[in-house]
Amino acid sequence: MWNYERRLEYPVNITTPNAKLAQAIISQYGGPDGEMGASMRYLSQRYACPYREVAAVLTDIGTEELAHLEMVATIVHQLTKNLSMEEIEESGFANYYVDHTIGIWPQAAGGVPFNACEFQSKGDIITDLCEDMAADGAVM
Amino acid sequence: MNMHFANEQEKLLHDIGVMDFVTIEMALYLDTHPNDRNAMEYFNHYNRMTNQAKKEYADKFGPLTLAMADTPNCSDWVWATLPMPWEGGCA
Repeated sequence: MWNYERRLEYPVNITTPNAKLAQAIISQYGGPDGEMGASMRYLSQRYACPYREVAAVLTDIGTEELAHLEMVATIVHQLTKNLSMEEIEESGFANYYVDHTIGIWPQAAGGVPFNACEFQSKGDIITDLCEDMAADGAVM
Repeated sequence: MNMHFANEQEKLLHDIGVMDFVTIEMALYLDTHPNDRNAMEYFNHYNRMTNQAKKEYADKFGPLTLAMADTPNCSDWVWATLPMPWEGGCA
C-alpha cells in the first residue's frame, strides 16, 4: 500500500502562466518517456523480479517516480492557471482545452494519449532492466 | 547556496525536502548494499532528523502525513482544509 505525503518532493512556484510551455512539459507527465510510464514500469516489473534487493529498488524508484509525476502535474497546472480565452487560443492550448479545460490529463506533447505500450514488463529481469535503461537511462 | 525564505514554514519545508532527499537516495543505495554499516548509520542519522523535522512541521503548520494528523491542538480536520501542495506558495 502507499501513504501520501502532503508536500512536493521539490517546491514548484510558478508565477507567470505559459500555456505554450505547458503543452511541451505535459509530455513529461503522460508522454512516451514521462513519469507515468516510468512509475508504472518499475511498479509493474517488480512482481516477477527474482532478486529481493532489485525488487526493493524497483519499489522505491517506482514510488519516487510518483513524486516526480506530481511535480510535473503541478508545473502544468500552474502554467495553465488564470489564462484568458485570448491566451488559450494564441498559445495553441485550445486543442487541449476543448477536451480537458484546465484538467491534468496524461498525454504526449503531440496530443497522443498515455498508453501502457510506452513501457514493457516481460517477467524476465535482464529484459526488463534493458528496457529500464533504454527508457530512463540517460543518466545511468 | 544563499537561500531566501519568506517565513519559517517555507524554510522548514525546504529543510525537510533536503533531508528527505538524502534518506530517499540512501535507501536506494542500501537496497542493493544491505550490509553496508556506514551507509546504514548515515541513513539513520538523516532519517531521524527528517522525522523530527516533519514532527516539528506538523506541530507548527499542520500534518504532512496521516500518521501525524491527530494533533490535539487542531480543532478542524486540517488534512483536508490546508492548501494542497500544487497550489504553490508555501503549500
